[in-house]
Amino acid sequence: MDAKTRNKKYNEYVDKKKPLTKNFPTLIYAYLVGGVICLLGQGIQDALMAIFPTMSLEAAGTWMLIILIFLASFLTGIGVYDRIGVFAGAGSIVPITGFSNSISSPAIEFKKEGIIFGLCVKMFSVAGPVIVNGTVISIIVGIIYLFI
Amino acid sequence: MGKRLGKQTIEFNNPASIIGNYSIVGEKEGHGIFKDYFDYILEDDAFGEKTYERAERKMLEHAIINSLEKAGLKPKDLDLLVSGDLLNQIISSSFAAREFDLTFLGLYSACSTMAEAIAVGATFVDGGYFKNVACATASHFSSAERQYRFPLELGNQRPPVSQWTVTGSGCMILGEKKSNKKIVNATFGKVTDFGITDANNMGAAMAPAAMSSLIAHFEDTNTTPDDYDLILTGDLGKLGSEILLDLMENKGYKLKDNYNDCGQMIFNNNQKTYQGGSGAGCSAVILNSYVMKKMDEDACKRVLFAPTGALLNATSCQQGESIPGICHAVEIRRVE
Repeated sequence: MDAKTRNKKYNEYVDKKKPLTKNFPTLIYAYLVGGVICLLGQGIQDALMAIFPTMSLEAAGTWMLIILIFLASFLTGIGVYDRIGVFAGAGSIVPITGFSNSISSPAIEFKKEGIIFGLCVKMFSVAGPVIVNGTVISIIVGIIYLFI
Repeated sequence: MGKRLGKQTIEFNNPASIIGNYSIVGEKEGHGIFKDYFDYILEDDAFGEKTYERAERKMLEHAIINSLEKAGLKPKDLDLLVSGDLLNQIISSSFAAREFDLTFLGLYSACSTMAEAIAVGATFVDGGYFKNVACATASHFSSAERQYRFPLELGNQRPPVSQWTVTGSGCMILGEKKSNKKIVNATFGKVTDFGITDANNMGAAMAPAAMSSLIAHFEDTNTTPDDYDLILTGDLGKLGSEILLDLMENKGYKLKDNYNDCGQMIFNNNQKTYQGGSGAGCSAVILNSYVMKKMDEDACKRVLFAPTGALLNATSCQQGESIPGICHAVEIRRVE
């Protein structure tokens, strides 16, 4: 048996043998935690509008995002957010709080290598692809929008 | 001079004695199954240092100094330090060696470094070149994570095939002095790659290397798995060990109850490490605590210690390269 067939057979064998993530409970946890974060966001927005009646919906939305981002970074700093993440998976990664965590966690981690080469350089090591793709796709969508 | 057996094994004529051993582990490992066997358990994984890299180095220094003490030696009695770790350019080992006034050989063989260090150390002692040699390794969960994976506080999930890098360091002092435990032979491994590309699935990547070296050892020394009281791989984890059992069975070797894996053993099931422990420290701390104790109690006479290492780095993975593995084996025998 040549190495290629051996490797192929071995990979097939390993794929069959290895345990997979259980879809059912992880989906439920992600749904629940993601839902709670969204509910929290809506609650903050409604509360802001109730406290400051002159505030526009748009401004309240912006403030709500800022508060959520702050909360997630704060929870990352005190070492709680990663524990939520272990339980919730995508539920705590997909909302804006996950984005906040993906920037603040490398910032904390690489602070030891200095402010410039540690913190500033590594800060976007996880979130970088999201920013790049977000920007590129916005440009594409913008160009399409220009012509239709 | 010792002699060569078969292609990969060397047998020692003047087997080196194990005259001291020491293990130090992190807090999580200290809650594992072997908590009563370890010499020292950290209360804080940072070990009072500013960075985890420094903590790893300090553990290594601590293990070396204390194993010397257990051997009844002074630092000036030590001739050579053979050590390796997982950090880039093996800085833990060389920086720890900076603290001692002695010759140093740095090794890298990923998680199989402990066996390589023992094999190299035993060879020097057997040849009469050095009298007392310290063989050590260390790894730290937090320093390995940031080098190979993600920041600690990132809220991601670990896949079910993943393993948990052990925070710990083990040191073994080999020497000419009399002792009832000796390193009788060593089998050097071949780099083996069966085409696994998933860097989370280390067990599957390394199991073929373990198979290759174990079979080479049995053939070269003309033994069977049943001749050993304990056959111990390093950090294949639960999945990797099951794969190894299957691979060995296909080759006509049946590993029975005398087989175990340090990665599979070290943590409790409720510690959420999925497939168990990994890292250069994993096999080193189990060998230098539990296994040595069992040999002292005469519960094991013949131990085959065969940790495996995955020879990848973060770049090779991102470039889609498959993961080569290696496994070195040493036989430790109790002599009366």
